Amino acid sequence: MASTAPQTTTRLPTEWRDFFTLTKPRVMTLVIFTAICGVLAAPGNIHPVLGFTAILAIAMGAGGSAALNHWWEADIDAGMKRTMNRPLPGGRMRREDARDFGIFLSAVSVGLMGVAIGWLAAALLLGAIIYYAVIYTMWLKPRTPQNIVIGGGAGAFPPLIGWVAVTGEITAMPILLFAIIFFWTPPHFWALALFVQSDYAKVGIPMLPVVAGEKPTRRQIMIYTLLLAPIAIAPWYIGGTSWIYGSCAVVLSALFVVLAMPVFTRMRAEEDKMLPEKALFKFSIVYLFVLFAALVADRVAAYQGWIA
Amino acid sequence: MTPDEEREFLRRRKARNWVVAGTLLFFVVLFYAITMVRIGNPG
Repeated sequence: MASTAPQTTTRLPTEWRDFFTLTKPRVMTLVIFTAICGVLAAPGNIHPVLGFTAILAIAMGAGGSAALNHWWEADIDAGMKRTMNRPLPGGRMRREDARDFGIFLSAVSVGLMGVAIGWLAAALLLGAIIYYAVIYTMWLKPRTPQNIVIGGGAGAFPPLIGWVAVTGEITAMPILLFAIIFFWTPPHFWALALFVQSDYAKVGIPMLPVVAGEKPTRRQIMIYTLLLAPIAIAPWYIGGTSWIYGSCAVVLSALFVVLAMPVFTRMRAEEDKMLPEKALFKFSIVYLFVLFAALVADRVAAYQGWIA
Repeated sequence: MTPDEEREFLRRRKARNWVVAGTLLFFVVLFYAITMVRIGNPG
């Protein structure tokens, strides 16, 4: 796959903005948000400089693996309308430059995390980079319609790493934060995939709605939504949070199930506006942001002694 | 290379150099700050 990439013909140096684009800045906002939540919600203190460094290292790791994803998928990106203007398929950058930039950024991020914070957090960051760039992008994404589930694992690392950066150990709570994003990703993405016409099929990526059809996709959305609910509530159940997070998790998860239900039970009609799917997709974004914000509010309130 | 291309070449190279310089300066300051924090709070 990596051997037939479009080659740039330009003699001009690549714009620095194109290197920045390689890091997928929009995806990075979610990475940074969940990493900050992991740092703020973890028990213990971290100096603001070190907290900032940990989040910077996580963001750089995400950027580096995103650049490697651009490098590997240049051919695929060239075949899809949404991605054909990216720096590599657009011919604005040499393919090797994207690869080297990705490797450099990833290596610096792991080194920075190890030196400034600790080598457990650094090892997790390295694991996250390898998971996204190699296991997901190169290996499983083109091979299985469950690729979104696997990709969700990559997005689930930031709060785990942020938490471990503060505590220096892996406990049940950061694993639950990982699991929340892991199980949240499939209903979030597949709801989108149901109403957005993508051209993944054209480039040979086996997305579930294309390969298995709508009905199994709707069933999978329901299954993952039902699996997500107890996992989202678990931090409260095991005593890791108070009623503030617990009540938010219960209400949000109940709403998620209520919104997923019509997506599960119905089928597309002619001239369908796909309103239940759009509502579920929009709510899924609110769900994650509010859930993590509630976690931070809960933990800050507890550490300040405002609640028992 | 035409004069226009050369101007664009120089503009891009200059912009990249500024970004690299800014990034290096940022990391110099960051590593200084990390070192100070680490010396103040060893372990």
